[in-house]
Amino acid sequence: MGVSLSRAAQWTTASSGTGKLELTPMNTSLLKEILCFVEQFSSQHPQEAEHVFKEPLQWSTTLVASDFKTDYDISDSDVRSHEKDSEGRPLLQLSPPTVYVRSFSQLSKFVHLADDKKLEELRACLEENRQPVVNILGPSFASLLEKEGANTDELSLIGEGEDEDQGRDSEVKVRLFLLLQNLDTQLLSKCLKEISEQVRLDPTAAKNEVELLRRFCSEGETRALKSVRYTSDYEFSNGCRAPPWRQVHGEMCYLVIEPCDTETLYVTCSTAGAFLNGGIKQDGEESGYEGTSIMYQDLVTLLNSRSPHFAENINKQDFAVQELPSTQKIQHVESVDAEEQGQPQRSCEQQEKNVHEKAGQQHTPNKAGGKKKYEPYTRWKNLGLVSPCGKAEEKNPSKSSGKERSGEMQKKKLGAKSKMKAEFSVSSLPGRLSSQKIRNPAGAVPADVFSESSSESEEEEEQPERRPESNTDLPSEYWQIQKLVKYLKGGDQTATVLTLCAMMDFNLMQETCQLAIRDVGGLEVLINLLDTDEVKCKIGSLKILRKISHNVQIRRTIVDMGGLRSIVKILDSPDKDLKALAAETIANVARFRRARRTVRQYGGIKKLVKLLECVPNLANLTANQVKDVEVARCGALALWSCSKSTKNKEAIRKAEGIPLLGCLLKSPHENMLIPVVGTLQECASEESYRIAIQKEGMIRDLVKNLSSDNDELQMHCASAIFKCAEDQQTRVLVHKYKGLQPLVSLLSKAGNKQLLAAATGAIWKCSISVENVAKLQEYKALDTLVGLLTDQPEEVLVNVVGALGEFAQIPANKATIRKCGGIKLLVNLLTGTNQALLVNVTKAVGACATDKDNMAIIDQLDGVRLVWSLLKNPSADVQSSAAWALCPCIENAKDAGEMVRSLVGGLELIVNLLKSANNEVLASICAAISKIAKDKENLAVLTDHGVVPLLAKLTNTTDDRLRRHLAEAISHCCMWGSNRASFGEAGAVASLVRYLKSKERPVHQSTAMALYQLSKDPNNCITMHGKGVVKDQQGCDIAAQKPGKRSRWSSNTPCKPAAARCLPLIHFIGSEDEMLQEASAGCVRNIRLLALANTKARLFH
Amino acid sequence: MSEMTALSRKLIQTQADTISKQVEHFSKTEVKCLIRHYNQLLGQPAVPGRAVNGLDRGKFRSILHNIFRMTDDMIMDGVFKTFDKDNDGYVSMKEWIQGLSVFLRGTLDEKIKYCFHVYDFNGDNYISREEMFRMLKNSLITKPTEEDPDEGIKDLVEITLKMMDHDHDGRLSFADFEKAVREENLLLEAFGNCLPDATSVETFEQDVLQEQLEQ
Repeated sequence: MGVSLSRAAQWTTASSGTGKLELTPMNTSLLKEILCFVEQFSSQHPQEAEHVFKEPLQWSTTLVASDFKTDYDISDSDVRSHEKDSEGRPLLQLSPPTVYVRSFSQLSKFVHLADDKKLEELRACLEENRQPVVNILGPSFASLLEKEGANTDELSLIGEGEDEDQGRDSEVKVRLFLLLQNLDTQLLSKCLKEISEQVRLDPTAAKNEVELLRRFCSEGETRALKSVRYTSDYEFSNGCRAPPWRQVHGEMCYLVIEPCDTETLYVTCSTAGAFLNGGIKQDGEESGYEGTSIMYQDLVTLLNSRSPHFAENINKQDFAVQELPSTQKIQHVESVDAEEQGQPQRSCEQQEKNVHEKAGQQHTPNKAGGKKKYEPYTRWKNLGLVSPCGKAEEKNPSKSSGKERSGEMQKKKLGAKSKMKAEFSVSSLPGRLSSQKIRNPAGAVPADVFSESSSESEEEEEQPERRPESNTDLPSEYWQIQKLVKYLKGGDQTATVLTLCAMMDFNLMQETCQLAIRDVGGLEVLINLLDTDEVKCKIGSLKILRKISHNVQIRRTIVDMGGLRSIVKILDSPDKDLKALAAETIANVARFRRARRTVRQYGGIKKLVKLLECVPNLANLTANQVKDVEVARCGALALWSCSKSTKNKEAIRKAEGIPLLGCLLKSPHENMLIPVVGTLQECASEESYRIAIQKEGMIRDLVKNLSSDNDELQMHCASAIFKCAEDQQTRVLVHKYKGLQPLVSLLSKAGNKQLLAAATGAIWKCSISVENVAKLQEYKALDTLVGLLTDQPEEVLVNVVGALGEFAQIPANKATIRKCGGIKLLVNLLTGTNQALLVNVTKAVGACATDKDNMAIIDQLDGVRLVWSLLKNPSADVQSSAAWALCPCIENAKDAGEMVRSLVGGLELIVNLLKSANNEVLASICAAISKIAKDKENLAVLTDHGVVPLLAKLTNTTDDRLRRHLAEAISHCCMWGSNRASFGEAGAVASLVRYLKSKERPVHQSTAMALYQLSKDPNNCITMHGKGVVKDQQGCDIAAQKPGKRSRWSSNTPCKPAAARCLPLIHFIGSEDEMLQEASAGCVRNIRLLALANTKARLFH
Repeated sequence: MSEMTALSRKLIQTQADTISKQVEHFSKTEVKCLIRHYNQLLGQPAVPGRAVNGLDRGKFRSILHNIFRMTDDMIMDGVFKTFDKDNDGYVSMKEWIQGLSVFLRGTLDEKIKYCFHVYDFNGDNYISREEMFRMLKNSLITKPTEEDPDEGIKDLVEITLKMMDHDHDGRLSFADFEKAVREENLLLEAFGNCLPDATSVETFEQDVLQEQLEQ
């Protein structure tokens, strides 16, 4: 209530001291709302109604003692209510003319008593209690109400602070406060709604206003005016009385008003407000339309300022009778502001809110259908007023043309513009009449509504990227381009082609021009031209589009406008120039995902692939064939852009584009090869392409073009090889076609980092094959690679280090790396952050560490600590790679045990990584643990950190790689204390037995070793036996035969074929792998020994 | 009749011999076909000994319109003027075939020359502002309400001059025109359609081919 009263209600500004609420419909509705609230309050909220106000509300009332009934002590003219507050004061007290009210219940009763005067009473009450909330709840609450978003927490705090002992009271207060706040919000939203409903004047509003003023003329002494009359009795269908050619200026009617105290006023009512004219007495006068006064918001305001008598009397008018016309609402907008200025303590939030309110007001008239149709009026009017002379006018429509994109609207504008000229040069009557037709508001409605709404939504979309529209900032190109677009719209084929050529003369790579074309609606016209039959227009349009589509925003707009549909359609055209241009444009537009998807959805990929069909490698081409080649080149360019989407790669493949690309790959021209190889290398991320590239024999051409003079082409070729050489066969082919030497020579182009990255990548992947490494070494690749370990961007380093890791698989190369100073450089890279790089570096360091001398250097540089610390890296890849690298380090370090122990917390870190969810990490950590556990002391520490249960827990895995290393780790960890028994207790033995069924030989070996170690514990032997290490499905059991039968068996050597069929460990004893043989035999022996001991024991007892 | 045919055949043979020496892009057989075609267009058999002036302006224009789908009267006049080299008001057989050689198979150079001639109405070797204005007069849709309906056209002419008038003398010389067209081929028919489009060329050539087959 506080906010709405202070801000939304309209106070007369004239009076000092107590303000008066103006007689406006807004105030009336506000009052009615409040009245309704007060009336229902005591019935709806009985508890809150009893709350005694902080200060009484007091005002001079027109009620007298006789109006009061029971429940009141009436003595003379004074009235007191029976109900009293805690201090004995009556809740209602009347000592004429003033009344004091202390609670809502009394207020409700009072209002009921006032009956038909209740509005006036409430009005008086509010006028004399400018801050009712302060009175009711006290200043602290009132200030809260002023704040937006006050919540109950704050309220309860205040309540408690104020009177802690009266908890109930404050609770009521809070509720009362919330009720008031609700009312406030309600009132405000209502006001807002009303304000927004009508901001502009319209004929209906004007008519209402005149009707109202006429009523003021009727009454005798209190009449405000003598007479009000229209100059014309004829009313047009749109409600205006002004002649049509004046309607374009927004004028609606002319009035002759005779005030009581001054001379007769000749008033023009226009959509923008009312003003005095030159004295139009009757219809059809040709002069006097010019305004002689300033513009007033409405008639009442005008009269207020012109006639003091009117101003005085209008406020005296009986409130109940006062049904001010809706037009007056217009002034509310301003009065809100006026009131704001009088309120110094307003917060930012409120200001903001106010802004929103206004914004809302500005928007709504566009949407409200009824008022809408007069919009054009004002616009024409503004046009005329702002720039009456022809030249300046050009700017005005352009200002709006940015908003109104549709060509139709544009034409209307142009028409209107010329109309305005006609208006200012004295034109003949027929001209005027025809102009009126164009401007006929009813006719303009549909187009206007349509264009307005569409442009609005469009603007919303593009708002973020739009620069502020200000005419002064726009460069001259903007206006020139705008003119050209106008000719494009209205020109025939010849004019269109000329205009398109003129547009091409602009620097279309410059953003100003690109955006200008879009902003003046040129993009739409250009796209529309693509759907015509005129080849030359289409060519011209595409020539422009292919250039401006270098701009990101233009690309998006083209896609938004559905331009790709037309462009893709042109790909089917018989005209080769057109096809090439369309493809080139697509190449530019399809730089973002949505565009690429759209191209695919319109079937563009298929069409583009079709463009690739040509004969690229003939020596003497006819002119036609040359054009075909050009078309294919543009098609390849477009496919290159499109191929960045995975689905498009698939679509190209399905459209059988790969063989065509392979064919074009034989072209001798770089400008053809670049997009083709570009597409291929982009697509080579898909395995299907890698296979196809290899099968179609493209590796040969790719290798050939590695020796091209063009850096870009070389880069794409190297990049394609990089991706394809994941495949063994491809690596062989690269070698076969002598691709390794050019790759190495590319390493010298250290200036071009992209090329270097691609070349080193290709070398890395090729060096996965050992034969290739040997070949590469012939060209001294290793020295160069080590040289590239410094001052290179990470994408190069990743590949170089990757390659070093592969090279270091050959012992001789390890020494070379050391001699070139590579070890130190590699160790330095261990401190980096790039995960891909760290994976490769650790791998390379690990590979180098297999050489004792290298290891010495690594140890000296504290490399092991660095590698170890990478176990903390969040990336699982880095973790596992580091753990793998640790294995050779530990194996080859001079005093490995001591070294490991010196790393504080290192062992704990390792053990904790056994909780990882990544199998590769687990496998690598198990491998590292196997190495660490070779040192007894370290094994003791590992055991202390709980390595046994963690390892045992992992034994359930089915991952053979993990199984192998896990079993190895277990076998090594058995060497300490009671670990064997612990593994058994943790259930590891049973799981390990299952590993014997694995198909992987290395798993068998490590498992046999582990079982052998575990079998040294009798209990484990029993478990193994129970799980069938030595027992087949039929129950054939060698190791634990019943004594009776056993003697029979022991006389023969174990039947090997039978055992091989059904007894895993026995079978492994027959393995060719000596380790496996030995471990299996050892295990069986342990089980047998136990059985023997068992038998012996039985015999003795 | 057969005597006549033999005679005319002989005549055509001689004509073809002469003309094919003076015309590029057409083989002798093709020239023969064109001669036949020309005679058909002329509408009366070539009577030996009687002088035939050739295609007059009206006939020529209707041919341009029907076969090559040209519409602009002014441009067609220009085309006629360009075909009619001796300026006698008739397009003779030789002129027709020479014209067609550019029309159908002309190189860019030939076409530039040809178009420039078409657009240069008064034959002063310049395309003046006025000539441009005349040619472009109907190229913009002007609203009846426009104060100066020619304003757009005038502006378009200025834009064109700015674009093509390299020596800034306010008119287009052949050098200006040639340079502009070489930079941007679309400007070849800058002031109106004066060359047949690809489809009509194809159709016409097909007719010629068919006649060859008939022979």
